[in-house]
Amino acid sequence: MASGGADPGDVSVSMSDVILKLEHLRVEYRSRELGQETKQALNGLTLAVHRGEVFGFLGPNGAGKTTTMNVLLGFVPATAGDAWIFDVNVRQPIARQRIGYLPEMTYYYKFLTAEETLRFYAKIFRIPKGEVDSRIEAVLKLVELHHARNRPIKTYSKGMQQRVGLAQALINNPDLLILDEPTSGLDPLGRMKVREIIQRLRNEGKTVFFSSHELGEVETVCDRVAILHQGELKAEGRVNELVRHYKLDNLEQVFLKIIGYNELNDPSNLAGRAA
Amino acid sequence: MNSTTLPTSPVAPRDFALAAPAGASGWTNVWAIAGVVIKELCRRKDFYVLFVLTALITLVMGSVDIFSEGGIVRYLKEICLFLIWISSLVIAITTTARQLPAERENRTLFPLLAKPVTRNQVLIGKFLGCWMACGLALGMFYLFLGVMAGAREHVWPVLGYAQAAVLHWFMLGIVCAMSLAGSIVFAAPSSNSTITFVVCVGILLLARRMNEVALGLSEPAQTIVYGIYFALPHLELFDARDLLVHNWGAIPWGIWAGALGYAAVHAALFLGIACALFRRKAIN
Repeated sequence: MASGGADPGDVSVSMSDVILKLEHLRVEYRSRELGQETKQALNGLTLAVHRGEVFGFLGPNGAGKTTTMNVLLGFVPATAGDAWIFDVNVRQPIARQRIGYLPEMTYYYKFLTAEETLRFYAKIFRIPKGEVDSRIEAVLKLVELHHARNRPIKTYSKGMQQRVGLAQALINNPDLLILDEPTSGLDPLGRMKVREIIQRLRNEGKTVFFSSHELGEVETVCDRVAILHQGELKAEGRVNELVRHYKLDNLEQVFLKIIGYNELNDPSNLAGRAA
Repeated sequence: MNSTTLPTSPVAPRDFALAAPAGASGWTNVWAIAGVVIKELCRRKDFYVLFVLTALITLVMGSVDIFSEGGIVRYLKEICLFLIWISSLVIAITTTARQLPAERENRTLFPLLAKPVTRNQVLIGKFLGCWMACGLALGMFYLFLGVMAGAREHVWPVLGYAQAAVLHWFMLGIVCAMSLAGSIVFAAPSSNSTITFVVCVGILLLARRMNEVALGLSEPAQTIVYGIYFALPHLELFDARDLLVHNWGAIPWGIWAGALGYAAVHAALFLGIACALFRRKAIN
């Protein structure tokens, strides 16, 4: 695995308390069909995310990004290995008290309004009644939905629904945000807004762990990245250090090299295989 | 973009639930989830359609004078109660059967379970929500029946109506729990609804005769049928329609409470099965 190791003198790394930790994580999915082999979604993934970091989690489709998030959120049990959030094992529901999660392309209760949705989640986080209104007001303003707060979610556009998702992820003022492809399906303006929110959260000292296929966006926003391929961690480190390590121009080229795209499409390799 | 910053509480609100007793926190989650289910039923058209249909059929039947029969109100009550039973079963089964599949299909289960909520709390919340919603619907149906029958008969057996409605409501508790367990086993809400409906109607029509059937059988069929007879939740025990139709007196309180206890045990059994199944289910 290539590692663009961080500079020990760097300020962001000196605040090195680990918020999210994965150790030798392995996840296997058993097929229900007879004769089908078990599919290994993650193979010995070890990773640590530090306080205040914006951490990009990259990989092609099927690399194991969503599976990792599913383990972190307790949706899928790990076959082996362990994961911790704030030093609490993710098997404990209380591990999710201080996190905010935005799933990829999600939908909310369509018969509820944005305000009712946020009130519901606030109740689950047991936010004191006196604070609920001010929090809802703040997150709705942040995602620019205060004008549509009393409309049922079924009347919202896709971008607005994604922003409801961000608002519910922020309702408990989380210390760690887990975002699964937050800009997926959004128009350029929507993407820019989500990016701005992530940057603002970083400025407020929040830790953000997010997966994305938008490498340009990752390059702009992330402090560190990890590249996953076929369930294994292939590279981890700061973007500029990875670029330097692989002697390439940008993160996209690094990504393509790591997943073996360049070798597959190299004319000399193709000629060799044809021969 | 707005330059709003999220408010931070002086008393570390993010850790509020950590400080709260686990039990209290659990019930807060359960009631929050139940509240969403009740809102859903109130905002859907199913209940209103069934209520309007029941009311219309009963009122039309009530307006017809058949052979100047003085006791027509009894038939009217019988028809209305039959419609209430059918409607309540449809509301309970369809509402409960779609809860978990809809959560998975719309992916609302993901942000919900990403919060400090256990799967058991989700299930119990869904059950309570469906059961309470059925209670609200049932309240309206029985109120309509009571007012309609009282206006014709000029007798107001409020206690009998209350006992019958509560028995009916507890019976729906068993049906909701059964349907919820079914929604984990059967992926499609339609197949779950159909199977649960057939099972419920089957129990209501046949269960009381099963012991008589068993007596006429040879072994081992007799033991098997008796086993099923005792294992089945006897939904027909909660059918107090005759009590209302003939204006009989109230049910003795001991028997009434025993029936409620019987319903609670069966609902808890089905919920336990549902929780055990749901806990083992991978959600991805």
